Amino acid sequence: MTPISRGFRGRRQPEGAAGRLPPGQYETRDFPVLSAGPTPRTPLSVWDFTLRGPDGQSARWTWDEFVALKRDKVTVDIHCVTKWSKFGTNWEGISIDTLIAEAATRGIKTASYVMARSDGGYTTNVPLADLTNGKAWIAFNYGDAALAPEHGGPARLLVPHLYFWKSAKWVRELRFMETDTPGFWESLGYHNYGDPWREQRYAGDE
Amino acid sequence: MSDAVAGPRIAWRVAKVLDVVRETSRTRTLLLDVPGWPGHRAGQHVDVRLTAEDGYQAERSYSIASAPKDAKLALTVEELDDGEVSPYLTEELHAGDQFELRGPIGGYFVWDIPIGGPLFLVGGGSGIVPLMAMIRHRNSSLPAGDVVARRNLPARLLYSSRSWDEVIYRDELARLAAGDPTLEVIHTITRQAPDDWQGFRRRIDRAMLSETAWSPSQKPRIFVCGPTPLVEAVANALVELGHEPNMVKTERFGPTGTPG
Repeated sequence: MTPISRGFRGRRQPEGAAGRLPPGQYETRDFPVLSAGPTPRTPLSVWDFTLRGPDGQSARWTWDEFVALKRDKVTVDIHCVTKWSKFGTNWEGISIDTLIAEAATRGIKTASYVMARSDGGYTTNVPLADLTNGKAWIAFNYGDAALAPEHGGPARLLVPHLYFWKSAKWVRELRFMETDTPGFWESLGYHNYGDPWREQRYAGDE
Repeated sequence: MSDAVAGPRIAWRVAKVLDVVRETSRTRTLLLDVPGWPGHRAGQHVDVRLTAEDGYQAERSYSIASAPKDAKLALTVEELDDGEVSPYLTEELHAGDQFELRGPIGGYFVWDIPIGGPLFLVGGGSGIVPLMAMIRHRNSSLPAGDVVARRNLPARLLYSSRSWDEVIYRDELARLAAGDPTLEVIHTITRQAPDDWQGFRRRIDRAMLSETAWSPSQKPRIFVCGPTPLVEAVANALVELGHEPNMVKTERFGPTGTPG
C-alpha cells in the first residue's frame, strides 16, 4: 500500500503542462547543470567532429566546416533523469540525418547502434533509429547564443525524446556499432534506453 | 529498444520516520527505518516519492547522509524557498510518518576505503551531505586507535557556508576532527562570519584550493558537491592547479545563475 502523506498537497501541473510532463517529473524554468566532472574547454581551433563507421572508416569536420552544414532550428521539451523538465527550449544545430547523408557521400556506413563520445571521456549509447528521421541533432546554439560550456558547448548531442543524459555534452564523435554497448551512466546503474514517458530511469526499470 | 544491462528493478520501499533532527534553521535530518534496504555506498542518493490524499505524486532526489554501516538510513534535506517537496519533509514530517523511497542511486560520485586517499572533499551549503557520508564512513571503518591506517588515508574537508549558523553538522565535524589528527575540517564563511572568526571569509577560489588541497602529485581523490556556480569554479580551478580531470568528481545542484 502506498502511504499517503497527509497535509502534502504538492504543486500539480500548471495549465498547459498537462500531457507535456512525463511521470515523476516537475517543470523548471531554470536550466540546471549536471556533469560528473570538470567542464572541458576545447578551443574551436582544435575542435572537430567525427562520424565513424563500424569498419573504422570516418568522416571528419572542422568547426568551420561543421557549422557550414545545413542548420536546423528546433524547439523541444527536455527531461532530465534527476526529475526536472524544461519546456520549449530553443536550439540550433545540424541534424544527425544531415551528418549521415554527408558521411555517406564519403563512403561511411551506419549500423544499428551508436556510441557518442565526448571531451572528458563521457560516452552514451543510443539506437540509430532514435537519432534519425528528425529526432536528434548536434546542437551548438542555445537560445540566440553559443551554447555555454557548462551546458555542453561548443556542441552537444540533442536527443530530446530520451532522458537528457543521452544528450551528451561536449560531443566529438558518433561511432556506429553493430551491437549495443552501454556508455558511462548506462554502466553505472542508469537505464540503457531512457524513455522518460516510460520512466526508464535506472537499470531494471521496465 | 534494448536492455543490455538490465538488472533487478530498484524497488520502491516504504520508509518509516524514526526521528527528525534539526541541523540548521533550514535543514533537517530524517532518520529512517527502511525494511529491505539493500545497503549503499557513501555518496549515493535516493529518490523520494510523496503521495497526496488524492493520489497526486511528486518525486525528488536526496543524498544519503549516513555511513553504510550506520543503523539508520539518514537523509539531510534543505528547505528550498519555493520547493514542492522539501518544505513538507522539513516542516510537516514527524516520527512515525511513512513515505516511499527507492535506491541507492548513482555509482560514480561514491567513495569507500578501497578507493583510497588522500581524500579531498569540497562542499558548499547542503552539498556537504554526500561528503558527510564519506567522512562518517571513513571514521567508522578505520579503527579508532589505528593511527597508521588513518595516516595512510588522510581526509580534508573544505566547506563553504553563508554563515556560521548555516554550517550543517557543525558540532559533529568539530568533534570528529578533534579526535582524529588525520581529518582536517576547514570552513569558509562567505556572508556573516562571527566577529572573532579567524578562518576564510570568502568564496572558494583558486588560491584557497592551492592552500588547502594536496598537491596533484599526491593524487588526491577529490569530490566536489554544491550549487552549480561553486562546483564549476572549484572544478575549473582544480584542473588549472594540475589535478587530473578524472580525479575530480562532481555533483551539482540548481541552475547556472544565467537566464535559462
